[in-house]
Amino acid sequence: MAKYVTKRVIYMFLSLFLIASFTFVLMKMLPGSPLASAAKLSVEQREVVYEKYGLNDPIPVQYIRYMGNLAKGDFGVSFQYKSADVTTLIVKKLKYSAILGTQAIVFGTIIGIVLGMIAALKQNTVWDYGSTIIAILGISIPSFVFAVLLQYVFAVKLEWLPVGLWEGWKSSILPSIALAMGPIAIAARFIRTEMIEVLSSDYILLAKAKGANWFEIAFKHAFRNALIPLVTVLGPVAAGLLTGSLVVEQIFAVPGIGEQFVKSIATNDFAIIMGTTMFFSVFLIVIILIVDILYGVIDPRIRLSGGSK
Amino acid sequence: MTNNLEKLPKDSFERITIDSSHAEKISKPSLNFWQDSWLRIRKNKAAIVSIFILLFIVFMAFAGPYMNEHDPQDVKVTHANLPPKIPGLEKLGIFDGVGKLGSKTVNLYELKKIDTYYWFGTDSLGRDLFSRLWKGTQISLIIAFVAAVIDVVIGVIYGGISGYYGGRTDDIMQRIVEVLIGIPTLVIVILMLMVMDPGIWAIIIAISITGWIGMSRIVRGQVLKYKTQEFVMAAKTLGASDKRIISKHILPNIMAIIIINMMFTIPTAIFFEAFLSFIGLGLQAPEASLGTLINDGYKFIQYQPFMLFFPAFVLSLLMIAFNLVGDGLRDALDPKMKD
Amino acid sequence: MEKIVEVKNLELSFHTFAGEVKAIQGVNFEVFKGETLAIVGESGSGKSVTTKSIMRLLPKSSTEYKKGEILFGGKDLLKISESEMQKVRGKDISMIFQDPMTSLNPTMTIGKQIMEPLLKHQKLSKSDAWNKSIELLALVGMPQPEMRMKQYPHQFSGGQRQRIVIAVALACNPKLLIADEPTTALDVTIQAQILELMKDLQKKIDTSIIFITHDLGVVANVADRVAVMYGGRIVEVGTVDEIFYNPQHPYTWGLLSSMPSLDAGEEKLYAIPGTPPDLLAPPKGDAFALRSEYAMKIDMEQVPPLFKVSDTHYAATWLLHPDAPQVDPPAAVIERMKRFPGSRYHVGIAGGDR
Repeated sequence: MAKYVTKRVIYMFLSLFLIASFTFVLMKMLPGSPLASAAKLSVEQREVVYEKYGLNDPIPVQYIRYMGNLAKGDFGVSFQYKSADVTTLIVKKLKYSAILGTQAIVFGTIIGIVLGMIAALKQNTVWDYGSTIIAILGISIPSFVFAVLLQYVFAVKLEWLPVGLWEGWKSSILPSIALAMGPIAIAARFIRTEMIEVLSSDYILLAKAKGANWFEIAFKHAFRNALIPLVTVLGPVAAGLLTGSLVVEQIFAVPGIGEQFVKSIATNDFAIIMGTTMFFSVFLIVIILIVDILYGVIDPRIRLSGGSK
Repeated sequence: MTNNLEKLPKDSFERITIDSSHAEKISKPSLNFWQDSWLRIRKNKAAIVSIFILLFIVFMAFAGPYMNEHDPQDVKVTHANLPPKIPGLEKLGIFDGVGKLGSKTVNLYELKKIDTYYWFGTDSLGRDLFSRLWKGTQISLIIAFVAAVIDVVIGVIYGGISGYYGGRTDDIMQRIVEVLIGIPTLVIVILMLMVMDPGIWAIIIAISITGWIGMSRIVRGQVLKYKTQEFVMAAKTLGASDKRIISKHILPNIMAIIIINMMFTIPTAIFFEAFLSFIGLGLQAPEASLGTLINDGYKFIQYQPFMLFFPAFVLSLLMIAFNLVGDGLRDALDPKMKD
Repeated sequence: MEKIVEVKNLELSFHTFAGEVKAIQGVNFEVFKGETLAIVGESGSGKSVTTKSIMRLLPKSSTEYKKGEILFGGKDLLKISESEMQKVRGKDISMIFQDPMTSLNPTMTIGKQIMEPLLKHQKLSKSDAWNKSIELLALVGMPQPEMRMKQYPHQFSGGQRQRIVIAVALACNPKLLIADEPTTALDVTIQAQILELMKDLQKKIDTSIIFITHDLGVVANVADRVAVMYGGRIVEVGTVDEIFYNPQHPYTWGLLSSMPSLDAGEEKLYAIPGTPPDLLAPPKGDAFALRSEYAMKIDMEQVPPLFKVSDTHYAATWLLHPDAPQVDPPAAVIERMKRFPGSRYHVGIAGGDR
């Protein structure tokens, strides 16, 4: 187990190193000036600015400095936001994204598990079909289409909820629902398949032969076994949430990291793009690593056999 | 127990000879893999309906732009922001060209004295949205299809080599994949698009750059599984060349899994294209794709919701249909499910 | 002798996509107190289905009980409610399954799994159930039972797991134990251990056993009486000696001839030709006739009733009809019948020792 974790961590750093280098190279190749307002600056002013950000140094020197700063958790400074520190900026914006993400994943997986359980326990009934349809819609329809539809119905037509600006928690409801559609669908489908497989297994038959009732079968015996592998799809779920959050935050004007990232793309703000890219990468890679280790910890089959190695 | 027997005719007890080959008769007709799969998928109503929906959308994507007299890229500022108007349906009070002008609801076609029909209305530059919708669908489909083919080709070759040759080669190739798989697709795709000139190819390359990894892992796993099986060993013992083993023994067996995965790659590519275009990294005007159309429509959501509705509907329908066909194929082709 | 369970004229079908599968077509048998009844037959003959219907463990959505009753303790198990049935399962009747590798819950400690029926049916306190479970584990020959209680199934070998499953089954001292091929998935040496254990335990707790198997060697070892099933019917039933040394049904002959024996020398092993009947469209008359070299005209038209051979021995074959011609069973079977007093081939010289 320890050996496995070490190996995974090494790969994780290799991946991150690759992303960082790749990001750096791409940024250097990028068309357009890093200073959007550079045209307005005189040659002397531009020199001063370039000097200040170290943009006149040879590329390898810039590269080493950039990588060194990254290692310290310093993502550089933004060109647009009055030289704001990118790390501080990300931390500040993180709060809003984290609220949305957490709400979506908690709400989404709970609803998804319930739907999947109902579908599996009431197989081939209206309940099953209903939950399957929800799952297919959730997997198929992109979250930004959902977001736009939600906004149209609840904010534009019904005017129930605020639109276009962040007014505290109330504003997080619609974007969280839009983001939750993915987790709902993935969890529902997954739990349904797992439950059906578990329910047809020999040990469920033995539990029945012991005289267990419907409730004990479903919750004491089947549920735990179906739930454990759900951890494995949390990685893809997190990746999906991240992708979704870029547009969903923009649509609902949530002042989060995603919205910031999309804005930076439009304004060629290298430092923010690089910083956010690295942040997203670290976030996803760490989540996937944690998920893999977590799976080993909660499944007794893996936990114990892995531990003795 | 049963000794009050009825009288039976004497000849009932004559011995007869049963042709024992009769007992060995196989009653079911033998079906090959693909026939069997077809019988299975035929029972899956959702998949069959989805196939027809897909055929319809593909047909419209190529024929739609020519179905009326408007060119998808024709700018006619005087005809801007018109609501949909469809002959026949207008008498029913729907699609009759009535829309909002400021806060008033009026028939914009009468107001502007336009006597032509824009079935799905026009955008802010007066371009016909019906032909733009299908042109956009066409572009999205082409991007998705080409990206999926590239994924499959690279994935099969990479995974095939890695799995078939094994040993050192496999080791190195898998270490590379393990590093690459850690890189979030989204991040790479966005970065790539910022560097390349926007266009169809930029999107295709950006989508395929990480897309092949999943396919290569699946193919490798399958190749590893089949190459140690007896029938491949037998072929090898009989002196079959690598080329023959791969093309005649391994590929036909992993074809089903490749096809299933391709069916899921296509909607993923459609989604990425729409997503990138929506955040402004995709195609540039006057080109259209489902993503750019949704983006355009979104800007006018308050006044012209139909501009958003049509492309969003087609996009969702495409995604649902592809996913359902993929599910159906998986159930039909996956031998594990065989009853 | 007291009848523990009596299956009367049971008929049962499965509804599948392909149509109605007539899995059981009129089965009668009873199990007496303290005895072991073996049910033998090839796969698809309905032996598992019969016993699962006693436990009512067949999928409700596709199973239709068409006729018959299963009498247990004065009640018809097919008529009582599901919650009443839950009180019978695990307490009065319990079951052991074929594959011990899959029949224990992988994420539950084995202690919990053994305690479950004790807590449920005997309403023991947790600590009493814990102690009783340790006793049970010791009873089935598990070393270090206290330590083993907290372990998960994957930490045990196949034979050990089957011992655990037996411990679970015996937890509430059931009146009837159904063992569905309990040794098929195990190694031969482990098989023998498990069989010994079951015989041993049966003496200790005086339970009746229905033992399902396709292995005639196992039957000879454990059973008091044997029922041979074919195509959803019982074709022959009798004591072990009667079935092994005085078989009457051509199918039983086939089974016995296809059993390898040490003294058979270099002879080629016999194989019954053909395949089991398709129960989607069961053949008219005797289902075995198509595979039998002893077939008669009547076999193609009418299902043979059970003919009485002795008070304990019945066989469903038209060959036993008084009007039927005398036929000679295969040579290997004649050899066996020579040793059975009362069979028509009996010769006294062997002195009765067999």
